[in-house]
Amino acid sequence: MNKLINEPATVIPDALLGLAAAHRELRVDHENRIVYRGDAPVRGKVGLVSGGGSGHEPLHAGFVGPGMLDAACAGEIFTSPVPDQMVAATTAVDGGAGVLHIVKNYTGDVLNFEMAAELAEAETGVPVTAVITDDDVAVQDSLYTAGRRGVGVTVLVEKIAGAAAEQGRKLADVADVARKVNANGRSMGVALTSCTVPAAGKPTFDLPEGQMEVGIGIHGEPGRRRAPIAPAREIAEMLVSPILADLDFTGSDGVIAFVNGMGATPLIELYVMYHEVEQLLTKAGIGIARSLVGPYITSLDMAGCSVTLLKADDELLRLWDAPVRTPALRWGV
Amino acid sequence: MDAAALNAWMHEFARLIAENTAKLTELDSAIGDGDHGFNMDRGLKAVVQALDDEPPDTPSALFKRVGMTLISKVGGASGPLYGTAFLRMSAAADTSVDGPGFAKVLRAGLDGVVARGKCVAGDKTMYDALAPAVDALDAGLAEGKDFPAALQAAVDAATAGRDATVPMAARKGRASYLGERSAGHADPGATSVTLLLVAAAATLTD
Repeated sequence: MNKLINEPATVIPDALLGLAAAHRELRVDHENRIVYRGDAPVRGKVGLVSGGGSGHEPLHAGFVGPGMLDAACAGEIFTSPVPDQMVAATTAVDGGAGVLHIVKNYTGDVLNFEMAAELAEAETGVPVTAVITDDDVAVQDSLYTAGRRGVGVTVLVEKIAGAAAEQGRKLADVADVARKVNANGRSMGVALTSCTVPAAGKPTFDLPEGQMEVGIGIHGEPGRRRAPIAPAREIAEMLVSPILADLDFTGSDGVIAFVNGMGATPLIELYVMYHEVEQLLTKAGIGIARSLVGPYITSLDMAGCSVTLLKADDELLRLWDAPVRTPALRWGV
Repeated sequence: MDAAALNAWMHEFARLIAENTAKLTELDSAIGDGDHGFNMDRGLKAVVQALDDEPPDTPSALFKRVGMTLISKVGGASGPLYGTAFLRMSAAADTSVDGPGFAKVLRAGLDGVVARGKCVAGDKTMYDALAPAVDALDAGLAEGKDFPAALQAAVDAATAGRDATVPMAARKGRASYLGERSAGHADPGATSVTLLLVAAAATLTD
């Protein structure tokens, strides 16, 4: 295991020290592992809190700042944070308009955020609404599983709901916007290698040379199937087809097309993939209104990518275009 | 039984979790994300510390301390599930807990797990060991068994329930993404909650 770390046990605190040093506009509570936008709480604005296991950077701490999250809680690698962190974050960012929790659909995350919402409401009376993201079409049998996983659409929810909150909309409205993004977004990913959790020191799963895992989650969970490595245009088809089969994307104002890197795949390959995705969408009669290409929701050092499509309308596009100033997304400011 | 007896139960549970950490981790590596043993051990060590620092003087205060500590320290899905169970047990506990009172407390814990985890029989979760144990305890006491005998029946039911999870395909948690591939291993949560019953039988006598 070759990694740029001091020791496995200090990866998260060491990374938070670096984040705080590199982004002085943020405030980092190192003891509780919470990253805040510097001016939180913003009076009259709905506070946005997210968080989850570490290892998906820049998600979530890299999306803290004006126009996006007010706070992000960092758990252990791939392990949900605990309610104490979420309660502290919720209380700290409440500017009097309530707090929205953005939660990826994993049992640990859902249960811990649920407890945190109850505790925060009981202790301080802060109204909390949670929106759960579950966009991964690779999970087919959602009746007999914990349901679809929350993956790429989480980034889009944080951006778009963040913009809605920044406009001063009420908690119920911001939550509706977040739910609308989740309902209209779908994702599918592929892994070309496993990832290696620092504390484990060895790859999470065994993927032979020349093979790929199609329909991967972001923690090294199994995909739909294993297949021989193929040209990018065929891989793009494997990712885009199940997404288009799951939701009718025609008749919208176009889609936001997001090609995400899993951590170890270079940008040049992501652009190769983006071109193939664009070709497939054109063939399917779907226009692309906006794009996002890069590693935004990763799985440590896994190689591979995911494709997320969001069926957009004028409202969502305006919110997407609104100014944002965070370590990982920054425009219009 | 008073707070001191229940305190001893929690110490024994912590000891058994520590003894079985590797086994729980191995089970969880096979079908989940491999952190159950480590997370539970970290949580129960914190529970022991919290109870030793200032021993609670009522059963209700004791269960509350246990629940809050587990919620704060365990993370994952187990923290909220065990934590909620102990908070519900705290609410159900009288000043001193007798046999039927203990059965009531344990059922409140089970109800907490169901409310939090939305699980049913056969999902391959801690419910599959805990529910039969609570039923066996109630039935044993209703039949006129003395408390230790009824508690032993609960341990046997939990053990059988745990073993029955082996062929099941998980329908909850990260194991559920494996579908049929999760069959062939006991559920880690059913295994750890069986230890809770074993610890009770070893420490609680009336």
